[in-house]
Amino acid sequence: MSAAPAPDLHVGRSSQPIHDTWVIAKRGLLHMRRQPEALTDATIQPIMFVLLFAYVFGGAIVIDGGAGDYKEFLMGGIFAQTLTFGVFGAAMALAADRKNGAVDRFRSLPIAKGAVLGGLAVANLIKGLLPIILMSLTGLVVGWRTHSSALEVAGAYGLMILFTFAMIWVGVLLGSKLPSPEAVQGVAFVAIFPLTFIASTFVPTESLPGVLQTFAEWNPVSSLATALRDLFGNSTEASYAGAPWPVTHAIEYTLIWNVLIIGVCAPLAVRIYQRSIAT
Amino acid sequence: MSAPTTNAIEAHGLVKRFGDKTALHGVDLAVPTGTVTAVLGPNGAGKTTAVRILTTLSAPDAGTATVAGFDVLTQAVEVRRNLGLAAQDATVDALLTGRENLIMIGELHHLGRKDARKRADQLLEEFSLTEAGGRLAGQYSGGMRRRLDLAATLVARPPVLFLDEPTTGLDPRARAELWDVLDGLVDRGTTLLLTTQYLEEAERLANDIVVIDHGRVIANGDSRELKRKVGGDQLRLVVRDEDQLDHAAAILQRGAGAEPQIDRQSRTATVPTSSGVAALAAVSVALADAGIDVDDLGMRQPTLDEVFLTLTGKPATDEPATGPNATPEEITR
Ligand SMILES: Nc1ncnc2c1ncn2[C@@H]1O[C@H](COP(=O)(O)OP(=O)(O)OP(=O)(O)O)[C@@H](O)[C@H]1O
Ligand SMILES: [Mg+2]
Repeated sequence: MSAAPAPDLHVGRSSQPIHDTWVIAKRGLLHMRRQPEALTDATIQPIMFVLLFAYVFGGAIVIDGGAGDYKEFLMGGIFAQTLTFGVFGAAMALAADRKNGAVDRFRSLPIAKGAVLGGLAVANLIKGLLPIILMSLTGLVVGWRTHSSALEVAGAYGLMILFTFAMIWVGVLLGSKLPSPEAVQGVAFVAIFPLTFIASTFVPTESLPGVLQTFAEWNPVSSLATALRDLFGNSTEASYAGAPWPVTHAIEYTLIWNVLIIGVCAPLAVRIYQRSIAT
Repeated sequence: MSAPTTNAIEAHGLVKRFGDKTALHGVDLAVPTGTVTAVLGPNGAGKTTAVRILTTLSAPDAGTATVAGFDVLTQAVEVRRNLGLAAQDATVDALLTGRENLIMIGELHHLGRKDARKRADQLLEEFSLTEAGGRLAGQYSGGMRRRLDLAATLVARPPVLFLDEPTTGLDPRARAELWDVLDGLVDRGTTLLLTTQYLEEAERLANDIVVIDHGRVIANGDSRELKRKVGGDQLRLVVRDEDQLDHAAAILQRGAGAEPQIDRQSRTATVPTSSGVAALAAVSVALADAGIDVDDLGMRQPTLDEVFLTLTGKPATDEPATGPNATPEEITR
């Protein structure tokens, strides 16, 4: 019998976290390209929403401050809703990988600790840029304009990316906790979907009845929408009169939420993920 | 560095519990370097659980194990550098092409981009997947997916391979092809631990067979030893007319020198034999002389069920479908 094969000299010895994370992120991006549903969610859906709301509902909803403003009001809301839905990209991807054994396959390889979740986060962050770009372009086409300094506009996009990143960790939490992509979809409809509508996404909160109005005012999805409107110069300051702090200080309030989600959810998500795979 | 061992895989007293269900009750294993061990057991025996512990995917509640001399708990990364794992459900990435699957694994083994590609093409060639290499793995047949899965475990040329039921669901031809591939790997010195539900497969591939049931090793040895325990080959006879069954069984008894087991419903008589084909020939002549209509007569291996019947005194049972809490009958010995 011949001797055991000599150890392969090409196999690296040192840990390469960045390289490993990027390899897994590339896979995530390929997945997105090859899953028509996922691609539609990130491309056609946001474009359709902008067009639908701008032209179908735009005429029916009147915002204080004059005609034509609904498109400007709308954009902050549509950005906020679409970015919130980003939770599901990460959650579905992770739930699927756990279910079909991909996570186990990765774990049986000598890869850096954290590369699986890191790769997932990087892929979803890149993936999250696509709808932001497409919605911005569609918005510009239908007549949305910013009325603020370049710095503020940049700040708005920075805030969107930060929020996308925060949502990924909520997604990791869900994807580690729920047994399958189908279960993730179930939660989408009962939890996240209403969260994005009981908010100032499509209508001003003043139009909502009592309890719902309070909920909407403190809802971080609202505050992201409002913060974006403020930063884009799309808000009508008049409507904030008498509103609670999250509305009058939407940017700060949104930042607090982001820090909270990333600071609490991310470590918690990593813990739950590790527990979910260590059986 | 750890001292070199003669056993590529070693496990002592592995215990694993899921809630109040104990999947492994203290399993010992020793696979000498360069040899093949088959872990044989029915559904729910604990095969996958043992493989997951040995491949660092799961931590045991008690016991220790080493792979290639490294401790699975404290030296997980070193263990992973030395092993290839093909899980029970082929875990190839359905949305990547065959080639992309292999390149990704190569990159995660830090082969470098160019070498990862070279190795991928090499493996596609070796597993007759060159043509399919550009297609999404999700479109592969079950056999192709198994081959790709096995190729993926070989990317870094690991000295120790774990294959969890590698041929379940394959047709006989695909199974035979896979066996040939495994022969080649073993010839080159790879240590192999595979799990299977087929005695035939264990016999064909393994130097040593470990039979487990309900999380315990119930027999251990090479296939000859095991066969001696379970009675080895059998002569099996099916008559056309049930009235002739007793007469036929008597002839069978004379030919094989042991008392046959009779199953009236299927008009079948089965008897263990050690003289193989000679007994078969003698019996078939005697049956013809006696004018008995024979539907089927042949040599066969004991089935896994029969092995278990012999070793445990009861048939191999499937795990109740109701889950981990619903197992009233643990083996108590
Ligand atoms: N994650 C888990 N949670 C709860 N119980 C589990 C888990 N994994 C395995 N078990 C239980 O442990 C026992 C052994 O399971 P295991 O998968 O190791 O069996 P197996 O021999 O691989 O079976 P099969 O031939 O069906 O693959 C079974 O009773 C199973 O229900
Ligand atoms: Mg199994």
